[in-house]
Amino acid sequence: MRGWPLIRAWTILVYTFMFLPVAVVILLAFNANQFGAFPMTGFSLRWFVALWENDAIVRAFQTSLTLGLMTAIISTTLGVLASLALVRYDFPGKNSISTLLIAPILVPEVVLAVALLLFLQMLNIPKSFFLLLMGHVIFTLPFVVLVVQARLVAVKKDYEEAARSLGASPIQAFFQITLPLILPAVMAGGLFAFTISFDDITGTLFWKPGGVETVPTQIFAMLRNSISPEINALGAVMIMLTTGLPLIGIGVARWSASRRNK
Amino acid sequence: MPLPTIFARDEIIMSTAVTLDNIVKRFGTFTAVHPLNLEIEQGSFLTLLGPSGCGKTTTLRMIAGLLDPTEGDILVKGQRVNTVPIHKRNLGIVFQSYALFPHKTIFENVAFGLKYRDVSKAEVEQKVKAAMELVQLPDMGDRYPTQLSGGQQQRIALARAIVIEPDVLLLDEPLSALDANLREDMRVELKNIQEKLGVTTVFVTHDQGEALAMSDNIVVMRDGRIEQVGSPWDVYNRPASEFVAQFLGASNLMDVSVEGAGADKVAIELPHFGKLEVDTTQVPKGNASQKGKLVLRAEKLQLSDAKAKLPAGHVSAKGTVEAVDYLGQSVRYFVHVGDQKLQAINTVGQALFNQGEAAQVHFDPQNCTLLGD
Repeated sequence: MRGWPLIRAWTILVYTFMFLPVAVVILLAFNANQFGAFPMTGFSLRWFVALWENDAIVRAFQTSLTLGLMTAIISTTLGVLASLALVRYDFPGKNSISTLLIAPILVPEVVLAVALLLFLQMLNIPKSFFLLLMGHVIFTLPFVVLVVQARLVAVKKDYEEAARSLGASPIQAFFQITLPLILPAVMAGGLFAFTISFDDITGTLFWKPGGVETVPTQIFAMLRNSISPEINALGAVMIMLTTGLPLIGIGVARWSASRRNK
Repeated sequence: MPLPTIFARDEIIMSTAVTLDNIVKRFGTFTAVHPLNLEIEQGSFLTLLGPSGCGKTTTLRMIAGLLDPTEGDILVKGQRVNTVPIHKRNLGIVFQSYALFPHKTIFENVAFGLKYRDVSKAEVEQKVKAAMELVQLPDMGDRYPTQLSGGQQQRIALARAIVIEPDVLLLDEPLSALDANLREDMRVELKNIQEKLGVTTVFVTHDQGEALAMSDNIVVMRDGRIEQVGSPWDVYNRPASEFVAQFLGASNLMDVSVEGAGADKVAIELPHFGKLEVDTTQVPKGNASQKGKLVLRAEKLQLSDAKAKLPAGHVSAKGTVEAVDYLGQSVRYFVHVGDQKLQAINTVGQALFNQGEAAQVHFDPQNCTLLGD
């Protein structure tokens, strides 16, 4: 058992290195000092109020929320349909399509971003919010497909067949049986899509039309001028949202599972 | 020998519930079911019996509409259903895995099929209640499937399938997931329920005991083809092929040469036992070749002391007991007669034969079936 204290210390160091900056950002968001740095001079919510009063940030927040929600809805819908096709049916080219759907995960985001941009320029299509949305759908789709596919494989075909034999049409069987059984995975996929879209900066920087800012691109723009303590507050909000949502999701999933198995 | 009355169903007007007309199923280059013809009588209990891979489940799934036949027609009550999707066929299916919907209560499970039928809410309550009483689980409505034992889930799956009053009830190895004792209870109960409802039933199993105990008719299948169709008594006592003889219980297959065929008797020469005569009624048609195989059930072959007097009509040979397998109520002997190894399952009498002992083996030719070579 010798050596364990060393490993323990090392582990603590690694985690500290990873999470200390995040903790500092959150801590400084509540700093009363007008410079976003230590020492802290008192507890204050003034930077959150300032955020709320900053039109550009509120607008960016609305854009990010809309973009994230729409990405989640479109990605989840497409992802569930694709997973159903890939798991439940046999058709020519199935493997290639499967690879193609997963590919955006494997390609570096910059490459994907530039490629899509060049492609649009080639076709003379101007940048728009819709295209930004489509871009986000492309690289969130693999996460949805992977999560939903894994769940769908575990749901026996017997359930659907039983439902159909009892008189449910394919669509009724899907909504009555298949969807409820894969719902945890669908929700997880949707949350993935939302948080990835909400966090994304690389692709967004390339694809966003002029004048549209999401929260990450807004922060990026603000950092170029000065480090305002507002950024700390904004960072804190982002952290809450992107870690809080999945946690709530897990909680809901556990609660509904325990209700059924009691 | 008269047929046991349980197999006579004269109270039901015979008509055909399901017709399989030359159906074929191919998966790519593999043919799972070769041209297959079958008529299933209204209200009867038919079993598709065979080892895994014999095409029995494929056949069931084609009747169900879960697979499309590559060729041929499927008729339910005289109507061609090839192009009718499964949800419009009005069939009840019980799956090997039960497939109870885990996110629905037992009541919702049983009531599921009624949602898609024109049934009032009060009627749903009443029908579900009746179905759950029939399977002897009237108080489980509020529970979820995971809270039930395997046997209970099985009953609920049956209740769910019969509550819709299906034209045909399809059972895909429904008992194989249960443990041995429960399986035997369920088999009696399933048969009772089927008789009570009078619903035409197609049962798929690889268990010959289940098939013999439950069926009105058994279809023995092998490699996508039908080997024999007949009552349990027929397929057991008058196997039409070596495969059927071997698959249903222990049989002895002995090479014989056919000496001559009379009007009602066939004379054959059986090595070591000598000449004997078999009723022509026991010889399947088209077996007039010179060589043949005599099928003798292991329990029809008896051992006795060399000096003991034989029952009338029995033929005998001398043998040596090679191995003794004591089973409690009965005992299984492996006996060498000349160069032939025969199996005999005898009820336990006063004295058991020991390994290495000499014995006289004998049987009644009435109990044999002759197969062509």
